[in-house]
Amino acid sequence: MRDVAIVGIGVGKFGSLWEKSFRDLAVEASLDAIKDAGVDHIDSMYVGNFSAGTFIEQEHIAPLIADYLGYRLIPSTRVENACASGASAFRMGFIEVASGISDVVLVAGVEKMTDIKTPEAVYSLSLAADREYEGYQGITFPGLFALVAKRHMFEFGTTRKQLSAVAIKNHKNAYRNPKAQFHRLINEEDIENSPMIADPLRLYDCSPITDGAAAVVLMPLDEAKKLSNKRHPLVKVSGIGQANDTIALAQRDSLVGFAATTEAAKKAYKMSGKKIEDIDVAEVHDCFTIAEICAIEDLGFFPKGKGGEAVEAGLTEIGGKIPINPSGGLKGKGHPVGATGVAQIANIVEQLRGEAGENQVKNAKVGLAQNLGGSGATVVVTILEVV
Amino acid sequence: MFTIPRIWREKPQRYRLEASKCSKCGYVMYPPRKVCPKCGSEELTRVTLPETGKILTYTIIRTAPLGFMELSPYAVAIVEFPNGARAMMQIVDTDFDKIEIGKEVKIVFRKLFTEGESGVIMYGPKAIVVED
Repeated sequence: MRDVAIVGIGVGKFGSLWEKSFRDLAVEASLDAIKDAGVDHIDSMYVGNFSAGTFIEQEHIAPLIADYLGYRLIPSTRVENACASGASAFRMGFIEVASGISDVVLVAGVEKMTDIKTPEAVYSLSLAADREYEGYQGITFPGLFALVAKRHMFEFGTTRKQLSAVAIKNHKNAYRNPKAQFHRLINEEDIENSPMIADPLRLYDCSPITDGAAAVVLMPLDEAKKLSNKRHPLVKVSGIGQANDTIALAQRDSLVGFAATTEAAKKAYKMSGKKIEDIDVAEVHDCFTIAEICAIEDLGFFPKGKGGEAVEAGLTEIGGKIPINPSGGLKGKGHPVGATGVAQIANIVEQLRGEAGENQVKNAKVGLAQNLGGSGATVVVTILEVV
Repeated sequence: MFTIPRIWREKPQRYRLEASKCSKCGYVMYPPRKVCPKCGSEELTRVTLPETGKILTYTIIRTAPLGFMELSPYAVAIVEFPNGARAMMQIVDTDFDKIEIGKEVKIVFRKLFTEGESGVIMYGPKAIVVED
């Protein structure tokens, strides 16, 4: 297996981007990544996308994006794994380069969610749950994570204030990220006065509906070293792991965390030879505030049940014990579903290159991204390091 | 879209509450499956879910998806049965403040929703909190 480097990144502005189409978003982020890499062609591409079919009534989007990017006869493949579509696509790109099948692979993630009304979008997202045995009971995604939050509060005494601390921190980080959807600081009162979506989760516990795209270019590390473009430190993919779990939340052994996160992380740590203590910065899948608390526990940063206290104590702030979601996370940066996993990886690359602007974590050498799909039925964990 | 064949073929589990029990390890799974997710055995028998279970966790849905908006707000719980099987179901005919983790529920047969275009009504299990 060849070592793989990320040689280019492109992260578009996230938000309600009415002036931009699905194909505009994907092409712009992809062109940025290709230019950043300084390569003159790509051999193959993967596109992470959750549900263009329901959001814009378009399937078969991989050739569409390749076509509009100016590539007609290369392989282009869509990867769908709900909210983990982006990192699942990245993993396929990694495998293709590592195996020697292709030398220059583009991985893009894209979602255009604001062309339909909110109840329709809530419905589209709910299709990532078990349609026959969860969807038909009227469960929503905020509802699924509310079930986890309720149980987490019951077993460990996790508080409203601790959930709020996640949202407050991520809005603070997003405030300093020009690409983020939200540039507004929020406080406990704002959260407690926001509408209840699914008890105990309020509007400000939820990531928003977002348009956006992100892309990265992968190459063999040895080839990347020969690139004339030496503007950035080289970033290597040192480990990647994916794990899946039952589609239905009810069938999981634990309702206070996600076993797939722990398992995917175990695989990524093993491949990279890194330990949890080696991680300097992490982007985790905070689709809801409770999801960030579960993620930092399931990844091993904090003991099970102690995640809420850790966030409240400021241990996950930039400058804290382990900075979590310096980009603003899904909560503050926005969550264009298929783009999210790729954007998280690109954000970690920015951190490791020292290009994260006001949200830069000092001396970040090793970073981790955790992308979760459904109510935890798919998780991909990626570990990156500066070469 | 929930068409008639799609509803019809789910009758055993939705209308008769059939579950599978693994002949090797004893695990009970709802809905029924062809392979035991715990031990991999394909030797499964059909059992019926017990009539009562307890609430493991619950939420009140206040922003509903298409098809459920007229029901909102409504409660959804994960219910665990005495034989270990678990299912997600709505809690009905119960004041929200009476719903608590650990409380016993009784399974009832109710309308789940009406499919918009064809008007096909889909039925299935829901639960009521049993007051002691």
